[in-house]
Amino acid sequence: MRKTLAPYLLIAPSLLFLAVLFLVPLVQTIRLAFRAGQAWSLGNFARMANDLNFSDAVLNTFRIVLIVVPLQLLLAIGMSLMLRHIRRGRDLVLWIWSIPLGISDLAAGLVWLAILNDRGYLNSALFDLGLISAPHSYLTYETPAALLGAIVLAELWRATAIVLVVLVAGLQLVPKEYAEAASVFGASPWQIFRRVTLPLLRPSIQTALILRTVLAFEMFAIVLALGGRNMPVLVSEAYNWQYANQDYGVAAAYAVVVMLLSLAATLVYLRVLRTPPEQLA
Amino acid sequence: MTLRRGIFLSGVATLCAWTLVPIWLIALGAVGGRAAVDSWPKSFWPGSASFATLGSFLAIDGVWTATLTSLEVAVLCMIFSILLGAPAGYALARYSFRGATAYRLLILLTRAFPVGILALPLTVSFIRLGLYDTPVGVALIHAALALPFAVLVSASLFQGIPRELEEAAWVFGCSRPRAFLRVVVPLALPGIAATAIFAFVISWNEVFAASVLTVRHRTLTAYLLAVLSESPLHVQFAGGLMLIVPSVVFIFLVRKHLFSMWGIANR
Repeated sequence: MRKTLAPYLLIAPSLLFLAVLFLVPLVQTIRLAFRAGQAWSLGNFARMANDLNFSDAVLNTFRIVLIVVPLQLLLAIGMSLMLRHIRRGRDLVLWIWSIPLGISDLAAGLVWLAILNDRGYLNSALFDLGLISAPHSYLTYETPAALLGAIVLAELWRATAIVLVVLVAGLQLVPKEYAEAASVFGASPWQIFRRVTLPLLRPSIQTALILRTVLAFEMFAIVLALGGRNMPVLVSEAYNWQYANQDYGVAAAYAVVVMLLSLAATLVYLRVLRTPPEQLA
Repeated sequence: MTLRRGIFLSGVATLCAWTLVPIWLIALGAVGGRAAVDSWPKSFWPGSASFATLGSFLAIDGVWTATLTSLEVAVLCMIFSILLGAPAGYALARYSFRGATAYRLLILLTRAFPVGILALPLTVSFIRLGLYDTPVGVALIHAALALPFAVLVSASLFQGIPRELEEAAWVFGCSRPRAFLRVVVPLALPGIAATAIFAFVISWNEVFAASVLTVRHRTLTAYLLAVLSESPLHVQFAGGLMLIVPSVVFIFLVRKHLFSMWGIANR
């Protein structure tokens, strides 16, 4: 191959762009978080940790991520397997199921606010069915469990689609012959799924989990739309410190926490779900 | 039809309803106006549906400009990410060069970070550069979100176009850039367009960076978030519907490419 400058010229603009808008802000965030005036300090982290909302924000974020992500994975695996058995109208079903892919977390929060507010559609349906006689509240400070449930529902509704799309794309790469061969040898559908399909899907599951977990740690508009400030999460606190309190240092400290969590989750997934070398095509 | 098949199909139908019914309900809330929002128990069909609420929503001071700003930001984000991403994708697809692996790694690394949050420190430098509170500023950080996706997808698009076609054009006397424009671009265009639309949707939906980097020239998401606690419900629902409709249309337009795009982004 002849040596040429062309590829370097072609990647240079994007490299420069990412350096300026990804690497520089990354370093700046870390710097901002560890600075107090002119000196290095952990002051911002101390103020973050001493804040009333901090432990709630950490707990709530973990609760949401740990409930939502596994449920989404299960639901999406189920949906992608169902798609394989649809004979007519598969494309239509697939399109309908992937609609939420285009819906922002803010919009999803507003959608579920329409359903779950005191005079919303859930209460109306329950009333029509004769199950309740007066509106119930789900989204208040006094009903943290119901509020958490509402956020989980809204997240499931909105973001299962991205997991589904990644898995369906991955399933397309798995030749049907493997499953057929297994069934010739007398494997049950469950065994085929457990021993053939699932291991082959591992790279897609890894991608989907990384994507979803990073995005779930980052989620905040859905929480603000549904619960206002009743349920603090890490990023909504970062937003409040930056915006309402104008304290960029503490906001950056929150950002560093979120980044570390995302990075840690990614590393765990890369390690736990790594594809064994003998399986690499 | 067997019982098993019946159960299976009702499962599929339930999941379709699970996706569609909430959108129907927010649409009801958005077109029904204050009367529908206050009514109890609610009707699941539009009684006196009118677009008056949507109209008055758009007439609220700031909503229409916010929509236009969102549009401007999303189009800019689309242009930035394709202009920067497609050449890099072509380089990854057609040349093997030192540093290609490191470059790919950097692209993948962006995925492990919540990029939107990186807007926090940018506030200060953007104020200094005069980019704070401008559509260009927001579009830049949105492009940082969409660019990695654009690079990976266009790399595999170009990989899918046989090198021989390009070489044939060179044999017939086309220069390299000309062969690229005449042969490669037309074949890659549908996929590039789909990627561009996806970049648009990423930007249209982004909340955090847009909220942090704007004050007066808010995007629609930033505007809705800012007025969340003080605006009446039907206005919020109208805003939600406004956010949803373009995205759904766009997902419909790129539905054919959706899976190849994400299949690629997988690797």
